[in-house]
Amino acid sequence: MTNETKQTLVIDEEQFLPRREMSNLERWLGTDTYRALRGMVTNPTSIVGLVLLGLFLFIALAAPILAPPISSNPYQIPRDGYGSVPKPPGTLWNSRQPELPFWWKPIMGTDQWVHIMGTASGQWDIYYGVVWGTRTALQVGLLITFVGAAVGITIGAVSAYYGGWLDMVLMRITDIFMAFPFMLAAMTLSAVLTPVLGKGLFPPMIALMAFGWTGFARLLRSDILSVREREYVLAAQVIGVKDARILFRHILPNAIFPTLVLGSMRIGSYVITFAGLSFLGIGAEVGYADWGQLLSFARAWMTNLGEYWYIVIFPGVALVLFTLSWNLVGDALRDVLDPRMQGSR
Amino acid sequence: MGVTMDNTREIALHVEGLKKYFPIRRGIFQSHVGDVKAVDGVSFDVYKGETLGLVGESGCGKTTTGRTIIRLYEPTDGKVIFKGKDLAKLSSNEMRHMRKSMQMIFQDPYASLNPRMSVFGIVGEPLEVFQLANRQERRERVAELLELVGLNPDFMTRYPHEFSGGQRQRIGLARALALNPDLVVCDEPISALDVSIQAQVVNLLEDLQDKLGLTYVFIAHDLSMVRHISDRVAVMYLGKIVELTDRSTLYANPLHPYTQALLSAVPVPDPVIEEKRQRILLEGDLPSPANPPKGCNFNTRCPKAIDICHEVEPEMVEVQPNHFCACHLVKPVG
Repeated sequence: MTNETKQTLVIDEEQFLPRREMSNLERWLGTDTYRALRGMVTNPTSIVGLVLLGLFLFIALAAPILAPPISSNPYQIPRDGYGSVPKPPGTLWNSRQPELPFWWKPIMGTDQWVHIMGTASGQWDIYYGVVWGTRTALQVGLLITFVGAAVGITIGAVSAYYGGWLDMVLMRITDIFMAFPFMLAAMTLSAVLTPVLGKGLFPPMIALMAFGWTGFARLLRSDILSVREREYVLAAQVIGVKDARILFRHILPNAIFPTLVLGSMRIGSYVITFAGLSFLGIGAEVGYADWGQLLSFARAWMTNLGEYWYIVIFPGVALVLFTLSWNLVGDALRDVLDPRMQGSR
Repeated sequence: MGVTMDNTREIALHVEGLKKYFPIRRGIFQSHVGDVKAVDGVSFDVYKGETLGLVGESGCGKTTTGRTIIRLYEPTDGKVIFKGKDLAKLSSNEMRHMRKSMQMIFQDPYASLNPRMSVFGIVGEPLEVFQLANRQERRERVAELLELVGLNPDFMTRYPHEFSGGQRQRIGLARALALNPDLVVCDEPISALDVSIQAQVVNLLEDLQDKLGLTYVFIAHDLSMVRHISDRVAVMYLGKIVELTDRSTLYANPLHPYTQALLSAVPVPDPVIEEKRQRILLEGDLPSPANPPKGCNFNTRCPKAIDICHEVEPEMVEVQPNHFCACHLVKPVG
């Protein structure tokens, strides 16, 4: 009976093998990573996001060329007097004109440096603030997200992997942190930290890190719990793979992507929250290049925005586009990594 | 339990009174309110070089039995004697080394291979974790294994999603064979495959058994496939083995009412006989393993149940030589 079946049913399976050729890049990156990367550069949403992001990156890197610093602290916004009435874009510099960037004269044909985006109340130059504020935004966003994600990933992984009472304790701690309204908690903690650390970027950053890791911990924990039950993890146990290797080779690579998506989306929202704190006066010292701070200069003129629109529009648009770019990238990343979307592109 | 007989053959695996209960916990204090008795006192022997089929309907505990034997689950009670050692009592490190000799193939070939590892990584991993070979040697061994299971060794650099279900199952098999095991637990290795591919994989399993002297515990619900591959068959119902005998006896002369009902559901590839086939339809559902019925497990659905079945749990008895059955209605011959 056995032999009969064999003779009649042996099929050359190789002829059914998908004959797709893989490029060396795909081999090197691994198929999933390759597909994700290819998706990122072909998906219109992500292209818009990446282009915007590239623009901000360029501004941040080229800040010393775009807006040459006036003092040894490049983040100090230069001010043109002390008057409280904002001046519109194109107004000439009166006093203490900063060094002229080399590209100004060939393009504009004049030696006279103007307030490209006008000045805010207190004669702070908005252009300087927006350009150098891009650096601040990138630093703040990336650092908060990086530390928050690192803490969250560690806690989530430990919690899911060891389980039992440790999981219970860590998740209840996470609950406690999540129970506070995020903005209020961050505000209170940075207000408490400011006298200790001095006024600056660190108190609000630490506060945002302290309350920002919970989402990462929860998400990664749940993904690990689901991946842990997959058969390939059981298979790894059966062949005698040690626990740590199972976690790092088999579970994490298959569970980490949603966390990365969350991370990319969080960068934008942290920058918004940070700007919110700055706007309220918790954060950078006065005159430090930061979008939230620039917006706070507009506070006294809120009722006259028809006339003084530029004090809100320039830093506001920068903030919106920055957040939008990270959200678009995060959205696109989520779409490309969604297995149901695979094959559709 | 007297399930050991036949002294002429060498026993590869001896399972005795194996139990696996999953605790049910409720409330904020996680108090223990009961158990799901997935495997409830299972005993059998597997002889060297044979295939023991383990059949039963979904939820009867056959997969749990397989996983508990190989200690993916910690047994609640009972013994699993393999190579003279009780696996239930080994430390996790001793067990890790024991895994070189006992392996498993999984049901779903789409879920049992890590999508982010190449075939070389997957099949070579056992050699890597036990540091049995350097990279070059691993490459040679993986090529050898792929050839053994009928795959082109050039596929080594490919990823699981590039393969069909049957090919993936072969990769899983190559991984299981990497360490030269003696015992392979096959957990429904073919039920997720197309029928034509099923035959190929089963034939491959048989060929490898001859070539490498493997012992199989073959878990399945497809009775015709079990008949084809098994030397002996154990029928499980609700966490217990109800009947255990060699293949031809079981299919020719099933004694337990459950086995009879199960076999009556197999279609016969002969229209004349098929016409006359009488199906024994079981009423009701499988009772919850968290709350098994009193007496015989099967009494709620048994068409022949008598009073004693509701009161006393039947013992496994050797009805005829090498034919074991746990039923009050079946009396030993002679």
